Amino acid sequence: MSGAPILAVDQVSVNLAGREILRDVSFAIEPGEFTGLIGANGAGKTTLFRVILGLQAAAHGTVRVGGAPRSRRNPLIGYVPQKFQLDPDVPLRTRDLVGLGLDAHRYGIAIPTRARRARVEEMLEAVDAGGFADTRVGTLSGGEQQRVLIAHALIAAPKLLLLDEPLANLDLRSGQEVVALLARIASEQQIAVLISAHEMNPLLPVIDRIVYLAAGRAASGTADEVVRTSVLSALYGHHVDVLQVHGRVLVVAGQGGELADTSDHAHTQTQVEIIS
Amino acid sequence: MFSGFMANAWTVASIVAVVAGLVGFFVVLRGSAFVAHAIPNGSFAGAAGASLVGVNTLLGFGVFALFGALSIGALGRRGRHDVATALTLVLMLGLGALFVSFNGEYGPEVYSLLFGEILGVSISQLIPTTGLAVVCVIAVALLYRPLMLSSLLPDVAEARGIATGRIDLAFLGVVALATTMTVPVVGTLLIFSLMIGAPAAARSFTDKPLHAMCLSVVVAVAIVWAAIALSYQTNYPVGFFVGTISAAAYAIGRVWAAWKRRAGTQLAARSQRERAELDLTY
Amino acid sequence: MSQALAAIFAPGFFTSQIVAVAATVSAVAAVVCGTVGVFTVIRGQSFAGEALGDISTTGASGAFLLAVGPLWGIGVATVAAAGVMELIGIQRPRGRDLATGIVLGAGLGLAALFLYLESVDHNTTGATVTIVFGSMFGIPSSAIPPVLAFSALALCLVVALGRPLLLSSVSPELAAARGIPVRLIGVGYLLALAIAVALAAYTIGTILSTALLVGPAATALRLTRSPGRAIVVATVIGIAATWLGILLAYDSYDWPPVGQGWPVSFFVVTLIFGGYLLAGLPRRLRRRATRPDQAGAPARG
Repeated sequence: MSGAPILAVDQVSVNLAGREILRDVSFAIEPGEFTGLIGANGAGKTTLFRVILGLQAAAHGTVRVGGAPRSRRNPLIGYVPQKFQLDPDVPLRTRDLVGLGLDAHRYGIAIPTRARRARVEEMLEAVDAGGFADTRVGTLSGGEQQRVLIAHALIAAPKLLLLDEPLANLDLRSGQEVVALLARIASEQQIAVLISAHEMNPLLPVIDRIVYLAAGRAASGTADEVVRTSVLSALYGHHVDVLQVHGRVLVVAGQGGELADTSDHAHTQTQVEIIS
Repeated sequence: MFSGFMANAWTVASIVAVVAGLVGFFVVLRGSAFVAHAIPNGSFAGAAGASLVGVNTLLGFGVFALFGALSIGALGRRGRHDVATALTLVLMLGLGALFVSFNGEYGPEVYSLLFGEILGVSISQLIPTTGLAVVCVIAVALLYRPLMLSSLLPDVAEARGIATGRIDLAFLGVVALATTMTVPVVGTLLIFSLMIGAPAAARSFTDKPLHAMCLSVVVAVAIVWAAIALSYQTNYPVGFFVGTISAAAYAIGRVWAAWKRRAGTQLAARSQRERAELDLTY
Repeated sequence: MSQALAAIFAPGFFTSQIVAVAATVSAVAAVVCGTVGVFTVIRGQSFAGEALGDISTTGASGAFLLAVGPLWGIGVATVAAAGVMELIGIQRPRGRDLATGIVLGAGLGLAALFLYLESVDHNTTGATVTIVFGSMFGIPSSAIPPVLAFSALALCLVVALGRPLLLSSVSPELAAARGIPVRLIGVGYLLALAIAVALAAYTIGTILSTALLVGPAATALRLTRSPGRAIVVATVIGIAATWLGILLAYDSYDWPPVGQGWPVSFFVVTLIFGGYLLAGLPRRLRRRATRPDQAGAPARG
């Protein structure tokens, strides 16, 4: 099917402020794969993304994107951050922001050619943003803004799309729409999509691969391979149970156990603790 | 009003307004009103120092303004630059106070530096002013795309490899140059109100970024022309008219935006109701 | 020994009535500014303080025009401006810098007009300098009672607002969740801020007043995390800077150009800035010693 993986993370470790956030994280993503990076808050998902984007140095380990070592500006990667703020007073329409995605890194003002306009239209169609193409971005809803940012990232024809916790601030329905959209993009355009989340259940039906991050380490594979008691217990460093309840997967720590992840909110259990 | 020495004032003021409108567009976009207020006060010290040592005041303006811009960039950390800006600004003013005190009878000079003076524009300043204006316009045009993205979505810009730190610094430099060349007519204390009032008003009237930039220039020119004309007629200082008319322009823009929003939500509510009715019929 | 003392303290320093008044008023101003300033820095509202300071120019120039004491003009202008800012929505982060700036611009325009009218009426242009750069040695002893009264009011406000003020400054969302009337507290704080700015403007000049309001507070917050301790430190720094400034200005009468003296506010501002830089030094040195893993955050212009 394909040659080299589009993203190969090999034994990456990261230290921040003296703490080990990531330890020997390794996984690979094939072109067109829809991957979920699952981990609790503070598990290191954003740090891992920053390493992949070339914004964060790794203590050791390598990241290869499209076969080449990662660099500061990689045209193969599109990125949608978790937090962003678009002021409703800013005079910028959806199509303007999407257009910026083509060449914001170049100096000067963009020349409005027909080809450019057509490409912007194509992207707006792809994310179903045609309805608000001429509306100010700052006045759109959270879900709509996210779609605009996805279009902004897509227009540069990336091979890998990174989204940091896209579901975090969305209601259920918008979240499902975004997930469906991303799955469509991944399969139709053969663009690998890597999204991070702290809740895996909304994603399990659509993702091809899961990278589970806990205690600074990662396990990668299909959901069946990774989300098992044995694998996750090894990751966490203590026993966890994987339960199927009403079609949902629950990862549960036993009584007296403590989460060995690197977040500041170390929980001590009473009865059972639902991790994710 | 249009004869002789006034011709200088009109010309320089128009050039000033164009630059103020262009640069001000980004000042408002980035929420840098405070910084735009701070930097020209640094150039106040430069002017005072320059006249002390007998150097062209525009040069003094420029050097201190650039120094102020660099200090703000260097001292500031993301999210906390307001303290650094405040202190740098005030240090510059303090230096200005010192220089000016060495000058002896310095009341009128302080006044015109702070609040502007249409008669203070000499023909010898026309060339450097035009030169600086050209530099500013070219700089804004060049920086347009990366500056837009790093102002709106700094994380995305960084991921794209845009050197946001350097862009920030470059923009601060442009603001320094822009305020330098605009100070002689409008004064250090009031140039920033032109820089923020005009773009703030303009953006209420259009959704397209380039249109907003052009409209911001138009509004700035209108404000400055009105200010000069009124100042000539009444003898009141130019700065007074610039400050108050800019505020009026801003207010008009706000009112218009609010009215449009109310009309918009009514429209949206109506179409939503219509859509809901459609859903019910299925 | 006495020779060294004479070199530092020019003759007449300790007996001068002018110096005594200046020292008293500036110390009181430093106390209020140190207290209110800490909250201002925590709330990130330095621009508001700066704007109020500049607007006090309007009040002072208006007072000159009406032949009223400048302190009253400054007081009225700052309180009124604080009220306007509150109305425009200074407490909402969106667009607040812009609104503040616009109000400031209009206010300064008015100040320009007042000062112009003043110079036409009374054929003097000295008012501008006195107002914007202050005239510490020109403060009359009759100013002390109203200064003390204003200060007491501001300090009582801060004490009364106490912990709710602190919480709503650090995290408005958390405070609102706890049922604290964030908006109301904001109003009370703005009033205290107006008074603090008025006092600073009166002592070291309207456009320089931010230095006394924000400088010692920001320096103190660089040195300690505890707000209570920061207030104490800020006050000490403020008093030290103003008193040292007064001393240097007094001595400078003998420096070139002789007989004129350098402006007090210049010294005060420079000392405060220097203190701020010094306070940041330990952290910079520490940061350079331990090589960071993370790319530094760029400054926002």
